[in-house]
Amino acid sequence: MSLKIIVLAKQVPDTRNVGPDAMTPEGTVNRSALPAIFNPEDLNALEQALRLKDQNPGSTVTVVTMGPPRAADVIRESLYRGADNGYLLTDRAFAGADTLATSYALATTIKKIGVPDVILGGRQAIDGDTAQVGPQVAQKLDLPQVTYVEEILKCAEGKITVKRHIDGGVETVEAPLPVVLTVNGSAAPCRPRNAKLVMKYKRAMVPLEKPAEGLPYAEEYGKKPYLTLGQLNTADVEADLQQCGLSGSPTKVKAVQNIVFKAKENKVLTSSDADVEGLIQELLANHTIG
Amino acid sequence: MNNVFVYCELEGTVVAEVSQELLTKGRKLANTLGVQLEAVAAGSGITGNIEKQILPYGVDKLHIFDAPGLAPYTSLPHTSVMVNLFKEEQPQICLMGADVVGRDLGPRVSSALHSGLTADCTALEIGPHEDKKAGKTYESLLYQIRPAFGGNIVATIVNPENRPQMATVRSGVMKAEVLDPDYKGEVIVHDVAKYVPETDYVVKVLDRHVEKAKNNLKGAPIVIAGGYGMGSKEGFDMLFELAKEIHGEVGGSRAAVDAGFCDHDLQIGQTGVTVRPKVYIACGISGAIQHIAGMKESGIIISINSDPNAPINTIADYVINGTVEEVVPKLIKYYKQNSK
Repeated sequence: MSLKIIVLAKQVPDTRNVGPDAMTPEGTVNRSALPAIFNPEDLNALEQALRLKDQNPGSTVTVVTMGPPRAADVIRESLYRGADNGYLLTDRAFAGADTLATSYALATTIKKIGVPDVILGGRQAIDGDTAQVGPQVAQKLDLPQVTYVEEILKCAEGKITVKRHIDGGVETVEAPLPVVLTVNGSAAPCRPRNAKLVMKYKRAMVPLEKPAEGLPYAEEYGKKPYLTLGQLNTADVEADLQQCGLSGSPTKVKAVQNIVFKAKENKVLTSSDADVEGLIQELLANHTIG
Repeated sequence: MNNVFVYCELEGTVVAEVSQELLTKGRKLANTLGVQLEAVAAGSGITGNIEKQILPYGVDKLHIFDAPGLAPYTSLPHTSVMVNLFKEEQPQICLMGADVVGRDLGPRVSSALHSGLTADCTALEIGPHEDKKAGKTYESLLYQIRPAFGGNIVATIVNPENRPQMATVRSGVMKAEVLDPDYKGEVIVHDVAKYVPETDYVVKVLDRHVEKAKNNLKGAPIVIAGGYGMGSKEGFDMLFELAKEIHGEVGGSRAAVDAGFCDHDLQIGQTGVTVRPKVYIACGISGAIQHIAGMKESGIIISINSDPNAPINTIADYVINGTVEEVVPKLIKYYKQNSK
């Protein structure tokens, strides 16, 4: 059975490698100081999609991402690993979206390009850690959802069986297709790039990125249609602007505080034997330990 | 109408700790707002078994949904329970646990009701809000406070227009306190079929294994936590050795978990376990705000770090400037020598 699969992926600032210059003196986030990466759990989701494709010949994997033009990196990285095509959803009107407005934009796009058999995404993105967009997309498409997926066990006859992580254990659940699945970081890691696919797609670009006519490689795009990636704006997907971006976001940031810890008076010790033994004796004497 | 609601998560007929913690917080929020506290519980065979676990937290009204299809938890029927009940009751605030169930259910409910949801809050308060652009002021909104963006900032989120204002909170962040063991609340057992269409029961749980937590991190009086500075999985071995010696439990920072140095269920911090031990020994942990959110209420904090400027040192009672490889074995040695 061939399947149509959509992977929702996000380009995120690498919050795991935050340096001292990550914040501006004004207390806002200095995005340029943070490298942009493929959200880690979305890569786990991509792997599950590619496995489904391997097991079901004739299947297609389409990557959908939302962001500025440079977020097309996520689509290219997916093509290098075996995805078939991708769409970048990009428009100023999408900016400032909370999870609800984001899921509206993604769900509207999926309706436009066609609801597939399986929609996969990472459980959560490392810049927000909310885990909300997957279930919200499912609700907006009126589809069942399975979150915290570890592995797809079986997909046949219009049903999918998955193993999912729950608090303190595991669960095996069966859901009808079409379905939305969000994949855990503990699931199988994504396969590496394929050298042939890198050669094939390294100049794949969305129209906003493509070189102007007359510039090197500009003529390639006419000859090789697969090098032009999908690019959609609010008008293309017929989105209701009231539900997009900042105006479609019920949550508002009231205040943002830079963290300054109140310095406690503390005792500074060295790693010398005398200091460590002194500490142990002090803690034992006041019954803090022991 | 316009009350504070808490979704009570159940394992069989046992109410989850996180729900008890949220009921306690919900009672306080309801008092501040001068409204009632209501609880929702959905499961199978629960009527008669859960009331005494819920009402003592000061619950004025408990809504019970009892039907075979509601346990074990699946997304669609529980969403319908909440969405259809909320359409009738119009709550102003809804709290859920930020665990697998709450993080599956919360977003789906918020999407169906078009209301805002803030995940993994570390504090909840009531306060005013002014929207200068729109020239509007709001009296009593729920401040949903959480670290954001890699822990460099703490954000206060509000939902000015949409109701309910929804938030999830991790287990251990709030404290559970019974208000009155004999608190008299109203119990309403609803007709599930009126709220949940048959078509919701499409996802089947074929198999389920739940084990009791392997560690007692949450209630441990002494916690020894390792960070990225531990360097390896083997590096954690000496923490386990120290823990065995001084009768503590081992935890880890997110960086250590992400690097594979320790198991995911040992993660301490905003997206892990929150601990309040008597003694917290931070080994090679720099102290991102998300980590600190999960341990800052510890009695005595000891930081062992080769970087004297590690942020965690500012909240520590004792700072040992040195490498963990050097200091931890000495702690073990001198504890053995002095504790006899």
